[in-house]
Order: sequence, then C-alpha cells, then structure tokens
Amino acid sequence: MPSITPVYVSLGIWYISISHLLLAPLRLEKRLKESLDLKLVCSSICFRDKQLYTDSNGQESAEMHPETYRASHEVVHRRFMQGLTLVQGVLVLVLIAVAAMVGVIYLQSLSSSASRVVVSTTTSLYDTGLLEVVGAKFGQEQKIGVSFISAGTGLAIQYAQRGDSDVILVHSPSQELTFLQGGDGVNRKIIAYNFFMIVGPSDDPARVRGLSPLETLKKIKQAGEAGVALWASRGDDSGTHTKEKSLWKAAAIDVAKIREESWYVEAGAGMGKTLQLANEKQAYTLSDAGTYLKYARDGLISLEALVTQGRELLNVYSVIAANPSKHPDANFEDAMRFIEFLVSQEGQDLIESYGQEDYGQPLFYPAVRLLQDNTNPELLSWIRSYAYFDGSECPPQYRHQEGALYEEE
Amino acid sequence: MVEAIIEGFEKAFQLILSGDPEVLSISARSILISGTATLLAAAWSIPLGLLIGVRSFRGKRIVRSTFNALLGIPAVALGVILYLALSRSGPLGFFHMLYTPLGIALGQAILITPIAVSFITSAIESVDPEIHRLAKTLGASETEASFAVLRESTGGVALAITASFNRAVAELGVALMIGGNIRGSTRVLTTAIAMETGRGELALGIALAIILLFLVAVISVLMNVLGGRR
Repeated sequence: MPSITPVYVSLGIWYISISHLLLAPLRLEKRLKESLDLKLVCSSICFRDKQLYTDSNGQESAEMHPETYRASHEVVHRRFMQGLTLVQGVLVLVLIAVAAMVGVIYLQSLSSSASRVVVSTTTSLYDTGLLEVVGAKFGQEQKIGVSFISAGTGLAIQYAQRGDSDVILVHSPSQELTFLQGGDGVNRKIIAYNFFMIVGPSDDPARVRGLSPLETLKKIKQAGEAGVALWASRGDDSGTHTKEKSLWKAAAIDVAKIREESWYVEAGAGMGKTLQLANEKQAYTLSDAGTYLKYARDGLISLEALVTQGRELLNVYSVIAANPSKHPDANFEDAMRFIEFLVSQEGQDLIESYGQEDYGQPLFYPAVRLLQDNTNPELLSWIRSYAYFDGSECPPQYRHQEGALYEEE
Repeated sequence: MVEAIIEGFEKAFQLILSGDPEVLSISARSILISGTATLLAAAWSIPLGLLIGVRSFRGKRIVRSTFNALLGIPAVALGVILYLALSRSGPLGFFHMLYTPLGIALGQAILITPIAVSFITSAIESVDPEIHRLAKTLGASETEASFAVLRESTGGVALAITASFNRAVAELGVALMIGGNIRGSTRVLTTAIAMETGRGELALGIALAIILLFLVAVISVLMNVLGGRR
C-alpha cells in the first residue's frame, strides 16, 4: 500500500528532529562544562555564595566545589522544571505527533475506501447540478464512488492527459479529436446535446434579437466598435470558448484582432461567473442553455436569451475514458461502467428528466436514442457533421475493450 | 441587489441554525483536514523552532531568513508545485495522493511550516537569554535548558500554532489544486465558498463564509485567553 508511505516519511522526519534534540545536548554539555564561560559563571556564583574552596595546593580555585555543583543541579530542577519538566515537555511533543498521525491515518482511511472514478468535467454540466444526481445514482447502484473535478473542457482534457482523471465529460469535438489522436483517450460516446444561446441585456443595444447567430456576431462587433455594446468571452479554453472562437471565425471575424479591442472582455472563468460578469457589465455573451436557464430562473442575472436558433449553436456533450495502455494507473474498468451507465436507458432518462420540474424544459437532451433511431433526420445530420469523426462517434482505432458500446451502429 | 444580499444572509443563518447537513459536513471536514495539517506542522516545527531559537550554529541566519522569506509563499504557487509533483505522471504520483483529503492536509502542513517555524523561533528568541544561561549555570543539561525556554515562551508558541491553523483553514490554492473540490471528499470551506458563489448559490456561500470567519475568530480568541493567562 504505497499511499501509507507519507505517514512513515513524516514519522521519520519527526524521529530525526526529536532525536537530534535529545542527543546533541550530550555532546554540547560536555563541551560547555569545559568552557571558560561556564567556569566563570560558576565561579561568580561561588563567590556570591562564599563557597570558594581551596584545592589541595592550598590555593583558591575558580572550580566549583563538587557539592555545590550537585546542589545547584537540584535548584535548576526546582526553579525551572516545576511547570514543565523534561519528561512533560517531550510528552507534549509526542502527543502532538501522535495526534497528527491519528489525523493522517483517519484521512487516509477516508481517501482509500472502495474504488472510485475521477471524472474531469466541464463547468456547464457540473454547475447545473446534473452530475451530482447522475453520480449519486451510479454510486448507489454500482457501489463505486464518483469524484467530479469541475473545470473547463481544455483543463478537463489536460487532467486526463496527465493521467489524473479516469473519464472526461466534455463538449468540444475538435479538442476531443486531438485528445483521441494523442492516444490519451478511448471509447468516446456522445451522450447529450443542447443548444448554445447568445444572451445579452434586455434593451439589446446591438439590435440582434431573433437574428441568425453569425449575423448577430457581426452586429455586436459593429456595436462594440461604436462603443455601445460589450462582449464577454469565457477566455478559458473551455468548450464554450472554443465554440465562441469558431463562431467568430465562421462570421469571418478575426478573434486575435478583436480580443485586443476594448469592447471584448475576457473573463477567464467558468460559465456561471462569466454570466454574472456579463450581467454586471450589461454585455453580450455565449452561454450553454443549461447554465443560463438556471441563473435566469434563480434571479441572479437579468440578461435575456436573444438568439437561440441556428445549427451553428449546436452543443454536443461526449464522454471519453482515459486510455489504459497510455495511463496504466487509470481506473479503466470502473470508467467503462460509468460510461455504460451514462448511455444506458436509465442514465439517458436521468439526463432527460433533469430540470423538467424546475425549468419546465430539460436542460440537456439525451443523444443515444436520437443517434440510433432516425426520428429527427435534420438534427441527426447536424450532430453527424459537427461531432462525428470519419463518420463515426468513435472511429475503430480509438476503441479499446469497448464491449457492446457500439453495437447499435 | 441589496435585498439579494440581505436575503442571502437570512438564508445563511437559517442554514446554520437548522444544522444543514451539507454545511455541517463541509465545516467538519475543513476543521479535520486543517487541524491535522496544523498538528503535523507543529510536530516538526516546535523542535525545529527550538533548535534554531536556542542553538547557535553555522548558517543559522541563512536558515532563519529562508523561513522568513517563505512566510508569504502564495498558496496557489505551492498548489501548482504540489499538483505537478503529486500528479499521477509526476515524481510523487505513486503516492496516489492527488484529490484526497490527506493530500490537502500534507500540502497545508507544508504551507504553514514557515509560519510555525518562524513564529516559534521568534517566540523563543524573545525569551530573555538569561533564562537559558541561568538554567545551564544551575546545572541544567542543554535539553533541560531548552525546555525551560520553551516553557517561558508557551504563549508565543500557542500564537504561532493558532496563526498556522488560521492560515491553513483559510487558504484556497492548495485545497483547490490538490483536493479538486470533490463533493463529500475534498470539499472544504474555502473551495465550497468559491464554487457556490460562482454557481449562484449565494446563501450557501454566505453561510459557509460566516462559519469560516466564526471559526477563525473563536480559535484566535480562545488562544489569546489561554496564552494570556500566564
């Protein structure tokens, strides 16, 4: 059990420091006894106490009489050691150390109970509260703990690349493809979709309400340059940020150029914080539907969803397991169980029903059935052209012990 | 907006007074993790502070000024360094300590060690050097004399430990980067405040902030009373 090692390391540090403290004085004391300094102090006391003694040659000596020395030893114990004797002092320190060890061992026992899957995920999925519901249900059924690390898509992917997470839940097909090509991930599954929306102040200074997404961006740029509108960008390499950049590009606007302009504000934060920033500054921003609906319902923002239609705004969420051949420490087995749960009927129903009661509409739409049955060909073709690689949600070379995951294709 | 703040405070007090399990478990976890960190730091900082404070040795000034310089180490910077070290692909990855409560405790212990060592050393040095010399004059061994000094500086040492705990419980960088703010495992007061405020749960954020302030204040007052008694 390698994880207990830090306990021994700290025990070792403790032992070295305390033993040094206890052993070093033995040497020092010997030296000090011989030192002139001590002799002088001793003799001054002897003078004071009029206990100078004469040595065998009949000469007065500066040496302390052995009897005096022993007597003074007792005095020091009385005067300085009453409150906290050496034994008590060491005891207090040892008690502190033992208490620390108990704490460490207790925390250790908390950390290593049962198996767990570490899922690094986008803020939009986490902030809406969906994942806590999914994680609780999965943990209950499978007896596997799920730990969610909430970060933007870019960071979530980096965590997995470093081998620190077992599963990623993200929404940025282009970054996902890079992740798969790097050999870091396997068994991608599209689990859900919804639509991004362009939200902004209700007085709509750039007059974009109801326009197409690309028209909207062009208008906002004009209004921004005229000094009447602001744009808030996530600026954190998240899936939403990637989407935003691709939208600017599709509208033939150079992001590198406009980000230097004063109407383009980069938040460098998650969706919720960016929405709040946009709200404070009365700026336009691109948001996923889930987070926007939650914040608007809770009365935290007064921004309105101005542009919600258009295939450019499609938002597709996928799950990918860390590749066990590149990250042997990853918990691949439980990661696959988590993915299977997400694409199962039960997991998909959870996604569909989440938020129905509170918002009157689902925040996320399950994707698995849609991709299987051809019930909505238009939407299906949008997803295929936006989020499929080589005509598949996960080309065969990026699969590993996938079991029945792709049987329905 | 003022109404929203007042409403937030109202809800916050309701949460605290009704003993909301989420609030309670986060607070308990925070105390447990930072308490362990403080005990760990105390276990190695008191002997270290004693050594530096009482002994004179070559390079003592360098050691002292190193600890003093490390006093203000930003928690985020330490968080990044520890994250890289503890990451599964990092040099200490085999400990599997990333995203565990123990990882946070160790990280915080390292974070507060300079504070503990520096304050304890100062407390010990501020004790009249005569006491150390007198104890030795009267025949105490070096260890006994050191403990005599330690006893005289109990108040200062207690203050150092309090300051260390307060820094540990109030820091965000290490807890966030090493812990990852995992619900039910590594979510502590500071990470929860940051997250809940970010995702719009203002009442919960305020409630946790009040608890954090209360905790720090109570412990400081308690230590002042205990330390001032002598």
